[in-house]
Amino acid sequence: MKREDDFNTRRKHLKEMDDVQLKAYFWELAEKVVDPLLALGYENTTASIERSVLLRIGFSSLEVKPIVEGAIANNLLGHGAGNIVYRLSKDRDISIRDAGLALSRGELWEEACTLFKEVE
Amino acid sequence: MVRLDKNKKLNIEEILRDLKDYRPKRRGWTWRRPAPDLTMGAFTYHDASEPMKQGVPLITAHYFNDIDPQPLPVITTEIASGRFEDDIRRMRMAAWHGADHIMVIRTAGQSHYDGLIEGTPQGIGGVPVTRKQVRAQRKALDMIEEEVGRPINYHSYVSGVAGPEIAVMFAEEGVNGCHQDPQYNVIYRNVNMVRSFVDACESKRLIGWAKMVQIDGAHNANATARDAWKVMPELMVQHAINAIFSEKAGVPKELICLSTVPPTATPGPAMYYDLPYAVALREFFSDYRMRAQMNTKYIESSTRDATVTHVMNMLISKLTSADIQSTITPDEGRNVPWHIYNIEACDTAKQTLLGFDGLMEMVELKQDGPLREMSREIKERSVLFMEEILELGGYFDAVEAGMFVDSGCYPERNGDGISRQIEGGIGAGTVIKREKDYMAPVTGHYGYNNVAQYDAGCVDEPSGLIGGCTLQDPDKIIYIDELDEEDNVYTRMSDLGKYHDGTTLKPEMEWMADGIVQTTMFFPAEKRIAEAAALEVGRNMGLEDVEVISREILQAAEGTRVEIKGRYPKDIDVKSLVLPKEPHVLSEEEIRNLIEEKPMTVVCGTVGEDEHSVGLREVIDIKHGGIEKWGIKVHYLGTSVPVEKIVDAAIELDADCILASAIISHDDIHYKNIANIDRIAREKGVRDKLIFAAGGTQVTPEIAVQYGADAGFTRGHKGIHVATFLVEERQRRGR
Repeated sequence: MKREDDFNTRRKHLKEMDDVQLKAYFWELAEKVVDPLLALGYENTTASIERSVLLRIGFSSLEVKPIVEGAIANNLLGHGAGNIVYRLSKDRDISIRDAGLALSRGELWEEACTLFKEVE
Repeated sequence: MVRLDKNKKLNIEEILRDLKDYRPKRRGWTWRRPAPDLTMGAFTYHDASEPMKQGVPLITAHYFNDIDPQPLPVITTEIASGRFEDDIRRMRMAAWHGADHIMVIRTAGQSHYDGLIEGTPQGIGGVPVTRKQVRAQRKALDMIEEEVGRPINYHSYVSGVAGPEIAVMFAEEGVNGCHQDPQYNVIYRNVNMVRSFVDACESKRLIGWAKMVQIDGAHNANATARDAWKVMPELMVQHAINAIFSEKAGVPKELICLSTVPPTATPGPAMYYDLPYAVALREFFSDYRMRAQMNTKYIESSTRDATVTHVMNMLISKLTSADIQSTITPDEGRNVPWHIYNIEACDTAKQTLLGFDGLMEMVELKQDGPLREMSREIKERSVLFMEEILELGGYFDAVEAGMFVDSGCYPERNGDGISRQIEGGIGAGTVIKREKDYMAPVTGHYGYNNVAQYDAGCVDEPSGLIGGCTLQDPDKIIYIDELDEEDNVYTRMSDLGKYHDGTTLKPEMEWMADGIVQTTMFFPAEKRIAEAAALEVGRNMGLEDVEVISREILQAAEGTRVEIKGRYPKDIDVKSLVLPKEPHVLSEEEIRNLIEEKPMTVVCGTVGEDEHSVGLREVIDIKHGGIEKWGIKVHYLGTSVPVEKIVDAAIELDADCILASAIISHDDIHYKNIANIDRIAREKGVRDKLIFAAGGTQVTPEIAVQYGADAGFTRGHKGIHVATFLVEERQRRGR
């Protein structure tokens, strides 16, 4: 879109504000712009976020990739990749690391699906 | 930890050893500590920080007792040659020159890499940032910061489609600062908008947890927009979006830095535009920190031009504020920065900021007139920009509408903005809604997290569910060493052992033994002929791969300045080098005793038509540690002393020695004067009786002797060297 500079007409409502008011207004608008973006972050997750969770739990970058891919393929990522590993380890009474490595090898996915079906 | 010895090279192999078990010394960013009213040498400083334990002072420091005061802002240097092992050596050199913020640029394409890169592959235009590379560099910096006595911040980028994973790795490895700005991904890397912002929430939460400084990406709008000085309202908006978004996602305000760039450059009246913008920005963003960056858009191949822009940009920093002062290397316009230019840039920043020390106690910005009017206008335009984003439906709609990086001065629009689609870009459709039972048992996690379903006691610290995550227990980190048998640091270094151990040398600009040299020359010819001639010179000098890297027309027909680079192909065996002997000195007591036993008279002056006096006075004056100190009687004849006069004065005063200073060297006049003194002394029959020494900044001692002096002295020689020579020469002559 092309537009001539209409600053002088647009600014009419700003003219009377002093510098302090203008600054407060600027930040009020900025908050309004970012709040919906933060809400998206609050409600959603991504493959990278879930891989980052698994890294923190104690898996390598090579191990985390197939776990997250498996979670996406089995439609489980919305529960959290860390959650899948955690619940599986509790259910089967194995260590978190062993649970994750099994998933990483492509094993125990059916069991994982069952665990999350039960809750629903 | 290994203690470094300043006279020994870093041992890269030692740094790479046992990296698996290396843990960083600390986490988090460190600002310089102010040193109010610091006194160094003859001066009191007003805006200095605590001095370093050791470093390389500015080139002129020897006039000021070698003091090395440090300005207040953290000084950044960007080091990323593609081979991180070579960069480590450069980091040490930069730290010695005052850099305490080392920024590693990532290899081209890393932002589109879906996951962490591991090992140590070679990069292009940057370094593949991997855990091993980060750990090795942080380990080296842990040693280097002990050596220089000041914490060094290590920094890279949390962007692209693997942002959260990189943020985790950085938090684990003690990285101290990073770039993170989801708008950068969207606008410049075409990462899907939704994905970029959702990922950014997680990254920012981790950045906040690790107390990293965060720098935004707004400066790129300057570098991209057609008329960079017109995007000022948008820059304010971009800074604001990232700043408030980061704060709400968990980065403490005092760690949120705006990457701010003076938008204009000469020959525009740069200060007239840049200063009102800088003022507007700092007033609106008074709660945040400023990282003053240079505008890379205007960097051409002239290193002089880039340096002047850098200095002018730092005047803005001084007149307003800068918490972190960036240093774009002056060769940025022609290659990935070389060692020498990183160091030049650090020195430029230190020199400039020290030169401006205390300036704001004497100068203030006007509270009326164009400065205030223009900065108010920029603020209002940015408010209007923000209003239109909301009117359009929010950030994503505004990006779709092409509001960003439009070269019109908002609300003017040129229709050349960068537009991205909500459903488009890399990683589109990869955002997944969290279920009611969504859970992540880790620290530094953003957003909905149903920990209470397992243990209500772990809600505040979800990693309690698993007995702590890697951020509490680094032993849980699974370290990968190398994945590629060919492309790794060991294969790169295996052929270079003889260079690394210092037995063999090659010239070097970025990589060990790269052989690169650069030469400047002038031809009295037009540009194309001069360039062709320069290439010919390079080849005749024995250089390979010769390229012209810079040319400047001095006058269309009269001549062109050309700089070339090329590769010197041969090895230099260090053992084969003939080194001049270290100057030998007697102890002060020995000299004093010898003069007391037998007094000595010296006649001295600067000869020819030459008004330089400083060097000679340093050699003779008692207060500079000159030869008077040990009782030598000095008759100083002043400057521009005719050569006959200095010989006549020696005869008249029955002196033992003549000391002639010869600074002006044009057409070898300094050597001609030395030869004339020798000749006149012979003609007058006194040469055998007189000890004759000559010195000057351009005097080469061996050549001075060829021209008839008994000894020559140059840069770095002090009174003690001259006095040692005089008494020993007298002894040698058996007098």
